[in-house]
Amino acid sequence: MIDVSGLTVRRGGTTIIEGYSFDAPRGSILAVLGANGIGKTTLLETLIGVIKPESGSMVLGGRTGFVPQLFGVAFSYSVMDIVLMGRARHIGLFGSPGKADYEIARQCLDLLDIAHLEGRVYNQLSGGQRQLVLIAQALSSECDIMIMDEPCAALDYKNQDVVIRVMRTLSQDRGITILFSTHMPQHAVEIATDVLLMNGTSSFRAGKTADILNEANLSQLYRMPIGKAQFSEKDRFTYAPLFRQ
Amino acid sequence: MLKPSIESSLKAGRDRPGIGGILASVPLVAVLIVLLVLCILYSVTLGRYDLSVADVALILWDNIAPVSSRTWEPVEETVVELVRLPRILAAVVVGFGLSISGASLQGLFRNPLVDPGIIGVTSGAGFGGTLAILLGIQGYGLLAISFAFGISSIVLVKFLASVRGRTSVLTLVLAGVVISAFFSAAISVAKLLADPFQKLPAITYWLMGSIASTNYTDVLLIGVAVVPASIVVYLLRYQINILSLGEERARALGTPVALVQWALLIATAMISAGVVATSGIIGWVGLVIPHIARSIVGANHIRLLPVSGILGAIYLLLVDNLARTVTTSEIPLGIITALIGVPVFAFILRRIHLKGGWSND
Repeated sequence: MIDVSGLTVRRGGTTIIEGYSFDAPRGSILAVLGANGIGKTTLLETLIGVIKPESGSMVLGGRTGFVPQLFGVAFSYSVMDIVLMGRARHIGLFGSPGKADYEIARQCLDLLDIAHLEGRVYNQLSGGQRQLVLIAQALSSECDIMIMDEPCAALDYKNQDVVIRVMRTLSQDRGITILFSTHMPQHAVEIATDVLLMNGTSSFRAGKTADILNEANLSQLYRMPIGKAQFSEKDRFTYAPLFRQ
Repeated sequence: MLKPSIESSLKAGRDRPGIGGILASVPLVAVLIVLLVLCILYSVTLGRYDLSVADVALILWDNIAPVSSRTWEPVEETVVELVRLPRILAAVVVGFGLSISGASLQGLFRNPLVDPGIIGVTSGAGFGGTLAILLGIQGYGLLAISFAFGISSIVLVKFLASVRGRTSVLTLVLAGVVISAFFSAAISVAKLLADPFQKLPAITYWLMGSIASTNYTDVLLIGVAVVPASIVVYLLRYQINILSLGEERARALGTPVALVQWALLIATAMISAGVVATSGIIGWVGLVIPHIARSIVGANHIRLLPVSGILGAIYLLLVDNLARTVTTSEIPLGIITALIGVPVFAFILRRIHLKGGWSND
C-alpha cells in the first residue's frame, strides 16, 4: 500500500514536486505518466528513500524494492551475483550472502522463468533478459512494494509483453503493490489500476485509471493532441499521439 | 507460496552465515596459499649463498620445533632468517596490499583502469615520505607522515569532487589526477631542495621502489598498515559489489554508501601509505593483478579480493627475486613492475576491446 499526501520535494534549490497526493491500495498497480524532465525519476527516488522530501507525508505499507532503468555494469558479474545484490538490506555491513540468500535468489529467478540464466554474464544478456534479472533483484529483497523506473523502455514489443505479464502476476498472485513510470499510456491501459499524471510542479491528477486516463487529460499532460484508438478486438483500446502533419 | 518458504530458508541461513560464499572460494584460495608458501621457500634459496629448499625448510622448522641434528652452518641461518626472510615477507605483504587495494578501488570507482595511483594517494604518500627523508625522519615517523599525506590527498580529492554531498566517479578520478600532479610537483620541489650528495640519491632510490634493506622492523611497519586495512577491505567485499553498480543504485538497494566509500578510501590510503613508506612507489601491481584475478574467478569481489591479494603476493615475490638476482646490483622494484605491467596491461586492454569492451551504462 502506498499513501502519499502533500509531498514536496526540492532538489538543488529547485522545487520539483509540490503538494502531490496519491495512493495505491495493496496489490494495485499505479502508473506514473509525465513529460520528460517533469520529475518522474525524482518522485521514484523519493519513494525509495534516496531523496528526502521537503514536507508532506509518505506512508509505504511494507518494504520497497526498486527496479532501476536498464543499465550495464562495469564488470562481468553473473546473473546470480546481480540478483544477490538485492539481498543488501538483509545482509550486514560486513557480511556476505549465505546459503539462504542463494536459495531466495534462485526462487526469484525461478518465479520469473529465468533460472537457466543463473550462471550467465549479465552484460551479455539481451535487454529483456536484463530487465527480468533486475526485477528478480528487487524481488530478492522480499519487497511488498515494487518501484519500477520505466520497466518497458528500450524493450521491443515481445519483451514489453513479457515484462507486463510479470508485473501483472506479481500484483495479482503475490499481492505486491507496483508503482511504475512509463511514456506509453497503453502500459497504463493494460495493467494499471491507478494512474498519476504529472502535469507540472504542483499540478497533477491522481485516481482510478478508468476515471483519469482519457484523451483530454493526456492531451493536457503531453501538451499535444492525444487520441483514443479502438482495436478491432472487442473492448481493447489505446491512447496514441496525433502527430502534426 | 514464495513468502513462507523465503522466511523459513532465511531462518536456516542465519545459523550459518556466509557459508555459501566462503565455500565457493575455498579450493582456489587454498591452492594459491600452498603456491605462495612454495614460492616463499624457493625464494629463500635464491641468492649468492647457495641453499636447497630442504635446508631452508629445516632452518625455518627449527624455530617452531627445534631440530636435534643440525645440518647447516650458523651463517646459513643468519642469511635465511635475518637477510632473506624479512625481505621476502615484505614483498609478500606489499604485493598483497597493493593488489587487494587495487581490486577494491576498481570496484568502488566502477572502473577497471583505476589503481591507488589514480586517486592521488600514492603521490600524496610519496610526497610525505620525501618530506620525511628531507627532514631526516625514518621508521614510524616516516610512515605517519606518509599516511597523513596519503589521507589528506584523499580528503582533498573527495572535497574537490563532491558537489552538494554527492561525488561522481568521473570528477573523482579527474580530481585524483589533479592532486597527483600537484604532489608530483611538490616531490620535484623537495628533490630540488635536497642535498644532492646524500638526501637526493636516497629520495630518488626510495621513490623508485625497493625493499632491498628490509629488516623485521620494516616488515612490522608494513604489516601494521596493510593487515588491518586489508581485513576492513575484505569485510566490505559484498558492499563493494553493490557500490560497483553506481552510487544511486547502491543507495536504492539500501547500502550506506558514504560510510562504505569512506571506509574503503581510508583503508586503501592506509595500505598505500604503508607500502610507500617502506618500499617507495611500486606501480602497476594494483592495476594488473586484479585484472588477472578477475579473468580467473570472475568479477564478484567476495572471491576476487582474496584471490587478487594472494596472486599479488606471489607476483611481487617473483618480481623481487628478479630484482635481487638478475644483476649484481639491485634493480628498483618499481622499474620491473612497470616493465612487466605495461605490456601485460596493454594485452589485457586489447583483449577487453576485442571482446566488445566493458559496459559502463
